[in-house]
Amino acid sequence: MRFTRPALLGALALLWGLMPLLAAVLPEDRSDALYHAYDGGGLEVNGPSILVRKQVSKNSSLSANYYVDSITSATIDVITAASPYTEKRTEKSVGVDYLFNKSIMSMGYTNSVENDFDAQSTFFTISQDMFGDLTTISMGYARGWDEITKTGDPDFKEDADRQSYSLGISQVMTKHMLLALNFQTITDEGFLNNPYRSVRYLDPGNANGYSFEPEVYPRTRTSNAVALRAIYYLPYRASIRGEYRYFSDDWGIRAFNAGVNYTHPIGKNWLLDFKYRYYEQGKADFYSDLFPYAQAQNYLARDKEMSSYSNQTFGFGVSYQIFPKGMRYIDKGSINLKYDYILFEYDDFRDITRSGFAPGEEPLYGFSASVTQLFLSIWY
Amino acid sequence: MRQTIFCLLALLAILAVLPGCGIKPWVKPYERHLLADPIMNFSRDPASAAYETHVYQARESARGAEGSQGGGCGCN
Repeated sequence: MRFTRPALLGALALLWGLMPLLAAVLPEDRSDALYHAYDGGGLEVNGPSILVRKQVSKNSSLSANYYVDSITSATIDVITAASPYTEKRTEKSVGVDYLFNKSIMSMGYTNSVENDFDAQSTFFTISQDMFGDLTTISMGYARGWDEITKTGDPDFKEDADRQSYSLGISQVMTKHMLLALNFQTITDEGFLNNPYRSVRYLDPGNANGYSFEPEVYPRTRTSNAVALRAIYYLPYRASIRGEYRYFSDDWGIRAFNAGVNYTHPIGKNWLLDFKYRYYEQGKADFYSDLFPYAQAQNYLARDKEMSSYSNQTFGFGVSYQIFPKGMRYIDKGSINLKYDYILFEYDDFRDITRSGFAPGEEPLYGFSASVTQLFLSIWY
Repeated sequence: MRQTIFCLLALLAILAVLPGCGIKPWVKPYERHLLADPIMNFSRDPASAAYETHVYQARESARGAEGSQGGGCGCN
């Protein structure tokens, strides 16, 4: 939690990526064993993710996911106001899908545990095919409960409750094109900042010219996001996918991201993926890299995720199909490698590890990150 | 918040009534074989898509409408 943002309600979306776009059918029986590694900005995170899904009756399918983040952090936030640390987060999820005529009902539960942060969430979604199965409408509700503690402070204990409302529409446009429109509103109430993070303010009495004090965030937050995605089958066997999302919240943050993916098969067994994504956000109303004095306003933030910044992702993936004709209980499988290079550039978060500059005159911060995934998928 | 919920419910009510309007599918079931190709999936690999969503959620203030699984805290 030292280098974490508060838990987000992700469980709701457990099925969204799996929602069938062509008539109501249960998701495929498959298992994935994935190893992930993130390295950037002084932060290293790696671990496994095991996802298993199996149909247990004509109308129902069960899924389970085991996920671990092993974290070693010496990020700029940590080295300037705390000490480098290591920690581990373990997340377990279970879900069930039930097919009834042209509807699929899904529900699930997720539990995430760290030494100083416990998060639980549960979700329910329902999707319905209509208009000759050209349209799929889905809606969902999720609720989450976080419990936040602080290493070194046994008296610190806070809670946060989260609720999420979602609506999705998937549409077959033509023989070659699918469209998806998603809305999601999330509300949070409780302790919403990171208990380890600080803001800095001008302090002529300090040799640096500045000092630190704890961040203070509002205890409520409501956000809205809308996303439009399209995927198109090219005149040869390949697909191109586009995405745009707009986001706003009542902390004054406005953001958008846009991206394009291209998938190109080679022969029967190889699949190549290329990806570009751009993200940009404006700062929260109560964010400042350097406040003029201590307790300058009611709410204070210097978390760089609250600042104005942008990032760009350049991604590449390769997938090789194994067991193309099946083997005993296995229908097919694939081995996959993905690599993303992400470049972060901050517009009003300064690199205070650089010496020889007056407060507020330090160079702007930026870093790059490598994200690698290696996974095996089996269908049965 | 209430306004948002009301709008969502109103939209759903409209969509629930529309099937009675007799709209005919303009893409026939036998014309959908290209759409059924795995390369036409918005999120082909669920475990991988969930991880990628998690990577972004942990570093960006924007959240929601990802279209694939996220989850847990933003630890990495």
